[in-house]
Amino acid sequence: MTEATRRAGPRPVVTGIGVAAPNGLGTQAYWAATLDGKSGIGRITRFDAERYPVHVAGEVSEFDDTEHVPSRLAVQTDHWSHLGLTAADMALQDAGVQPAELPEYEMAVVTASSSGGTEFGQREIEKLWSQGPEYVGVYQSIAWFYAATTGQISIRHGMRGPCGVICAEQAGGLDVLAQARRLLRQDATVVVTGGTDASLCPYGLVAQISTGLLSPRDDPERAYLPFDADACGYVPGEGGAMLIVEDQATARARGARPYGAITGYAATFDPRPEPGREPRSNLGRAIALALKEARVTPEQVDVVFADALGVRESDLAEARAISAVFGPYGVPVTAPKTMTGRLYAGGAALDVATALLAIRDGVIPPTVGVRAADPACELDLVRSAARDGPVRNALVLARGHGGFNAALLVTAP
Amino acid sequence: MNLTGTRPTARRRTRARPGARPAPRTRRGRRVVITGMGVTAPGGIGVKAFWDLLTAGRTATRAISLFDATGFRSRIAAECDFDPAAQGLSPQEIRRMDRAAQLGVVSAREALADSGLGAAEPPPERLGVTIGSAVGCTMGLEEEYVVLSDGGRNWLVDPAYGVPQLYGYMVPSTIATEIAWAGGAEGPVALISTGCTAGLDSIGHGYQLVKEGSADAVVAGATDAPISPITVACFDAIKATSPSNDDPEHASRPFDLDRNGFVLGEGCAILILEEREAALRRGARVYAEIVGFASRSNAYHMTGLKPDGREMAEAIRAAMRQAKLRPDDVDYINAHGSGTRQNDRHETAAFKSALGDRAYEVPVSSIKSMIGHSLGAIGSIEVAACALAIKHNVVPPTANLHTADPECDLDYVPLTAREQPVDVVLSVGSGFGGFQTAMLLARDQGDTGRRGDHHD
Repeated sequence: MTEATRRAGPRPVVTGIGVAAPNGLGTQAYWAATLDGKSGIGRITRFDAERYPVHVAGEVSEFDDTEHVPSRLAVQTDHWSHLGLTAADMALQDAGVQPAELPEYEMAVVTASSSGGTEFGQREIEKLWSQGPEYVGVYQSIAWFYAATTGQISIRHGMRGPCGVICAEQAGGLDVLAQARRLLRQDATVVVTGGTDASLCPYGLVAQISTGLLSPRDDPERAYLPFDADACGYVPGEGGAMLIVEDQATARARGARPYGAITGYAATFDPRPEPGREPRSNLGRAIALALKEARVTPEQVDVVFADALGVRESDLAEARAISAVFGPYGVPVTAPKTMTGRLYAGGAALDVATALLAIRDGVIPPTVGVRAADPACELDLVRSAARDGPVRNALVLARGHGGFNAALLVTAP
Repeated sequence: MNLTGTRPTARRRTRARPGARPAPRTRRGRRVVITGMGVTAPGGIGVKAFWDLLTAGRTATRAISLFDATGFRSRIAAECDFDPAAQGLSPQEIRRMDRAAQLGVVSAREALADSGLGAAEPPPERLGVTIGSAVGCTMGLEEEYVVLSDGGRNWLVDPAYGVPQLYGYMVPSTIATEIAWAGGAEGPVALISTGCTAGLDSIGHGYQLVKEGSADAVVAGATDAPISPITVACFDAIKATSPSNDDPEHASRPFDLDRNGFVLGEGCAILILEEREAALRRGARVYAEIVGFASRSNAYHMTGLKPDGREMAEAIRAAMRQAKLRPDDVDYINAHGSGTRQNDRHETAAFKSALGDRAYEVPVSSIKSMIGHSLGAIGSIEVAACALAIKHNVVPPTANLHTADPECDLDYVPLTAREQPVDVVLSVGSGFGGFQTAMLLARDQGDTGRRGDHHD
């Protein structure tokens, strides 16, 4: 980053967390399950997935759309927004933010979405093609599009500041935190940010299968094994996390207790892969830039939350990027997403929430399932059980389909 | 203040001419200029055809030809006559990319060529991409859905018919990926999807990346290709689009008493944004400088607007503060002007609230009257039009404006383009979700120009 960003005044801190994850609805339930290594991956129940080559996913099974979202709002929105609205409520409550008491134009909402309201969209497009245009409902235009969650959160809480929506698949979940930080340097004082995704409907699943990156295994414990010699793809999931980002001074002034600060970030993009040549990754540059901006040395980083795609070449590329900065086996690396599946934009936001909880409690949550770590990945993978020890700086990595890389550093308050 | 007669435009131009000594860095820090442009719009491919259409006041709205719209309420649209092969896309690119991405890549190539940037200029890691889109790859998603569901028959869609690019259609970020590949960008890349303000917000995002130093140049713009059954049907359902199927050429009527909804459009505009000093050093031609960008939300309703235009006015005021401009400085307002009654009242009120009496003097026009409303793309297409208005000192008109609406009592530049000095332009957007965005462009005028006189 440049002088311009370094001399910027506010120190962005996270004061509230809301989680809707397959292995726990609510921060406490999620964190307890995650530290215990309890997975939320199981057979797909949202529809009959028998005929598809993928049968397991991470569903937020405790979540009841009509219980958690007011009925009038629920019918206007997709499941993905329901999860987002609920996580935002939790985060605001956790932060103790009372939107009615804050200046309306200083509250902003910036969410990441990788695929929008897929399930709602499939229902409406089915009506169109099976019955006719007049059967398409009045809410299709506002439920399906990628901005639905941001718009609805803004309306629900009277937040009239600069709102935003970023789509960069998994990486978008980190990019929105950088945007939230950017807004704090301008007019905003409180930003609701993060992301959710939920594409576990037939069309959504078939679209995900088309990449060839999903795990075909049925055993939930053996399906998603990043950095394992037996890696065979990833398990998709739904859910995510919302975070409340504020300037440290304003947070302190209202007596809030921050989880941690956002101290470094960078985004890079990979060049187009060329046939017959090994793909070149710019993930390492994102890591280096994020640390540089935070003025943190590799030795000061206590844990890396890996992107952990679960696809051998991608895992290798990520392991190399991490080793290049930290040295082989140079830093504890973990992937709690092995307990949730990949939640896309929601996943990176959830990793940030998890990193902040790791800082708070001084414990690194485990990567589950990995038995035979791939020797080519020279990583100190935190396996099987949580590892105790102070966590001051935690680095979160995310890669988005098509070449997006993002790295975000959170630091103890 | 009105400096129309005394503005030393020519002198300022000389001062900013490429090759001149780089201006010293101001206390405002890095400045961002537009140095390249590519447009694919209804009525013509390329910047020249686009500007010809606008200045002639011709409309490009017509009966939908992209699919059989029989049975739909609104059967009209502003379509691009776009042949991807003729525009230089390869067979694999055509197969892989949704139409929105195709429009994006073609416009990005035009913009990069127009900017005169060399292959590694700036180096790939200093080149970013920020692309707006409201509905992403909907057209591709729908076409594939029809096959996988066998015409809507099966909820459990058939995976055997899944094409390899299907996931790329579901995640709209694919469009940004394609454009990053086209430009060889390896810096920050993002797809911005704030509905119908996405085209302003994406340029705003790119502007901020350059300003803060995360990139030295950004390929910024927006693309949408929403003229497919599901998108037409979803606007039919809320009667937002015009049903004037018998008279498509005159269907888009912003600010006209006889308006009856917007006309869906498609298209793309891509701009090259550069850090100003670097642009001047390399002798780039500068269309305009981006001097202000702000957005606000109404937190009121996903599709409804209050008639007072309160939050749009606030966005305009915030952008004016950033730019250190006063209402009298604004020479032209490019309106959102979608042609719905609630929009036209809403923004008319917003202009009055933000600009006071100046609102009655400054020309306001809507190019949606000619090229329809291409959702997320239109914001970038409108910024391109604003930069061209500055370049040519011409204000594009509002076509089809024959009968004044008493609720809309500003100067909406009916029918005919106007030649006049255009140094500062305000462009606004308003969209589903309640988002309101304002952007200000100014003629590049060095450091001692008018804005410097107004520091308070």
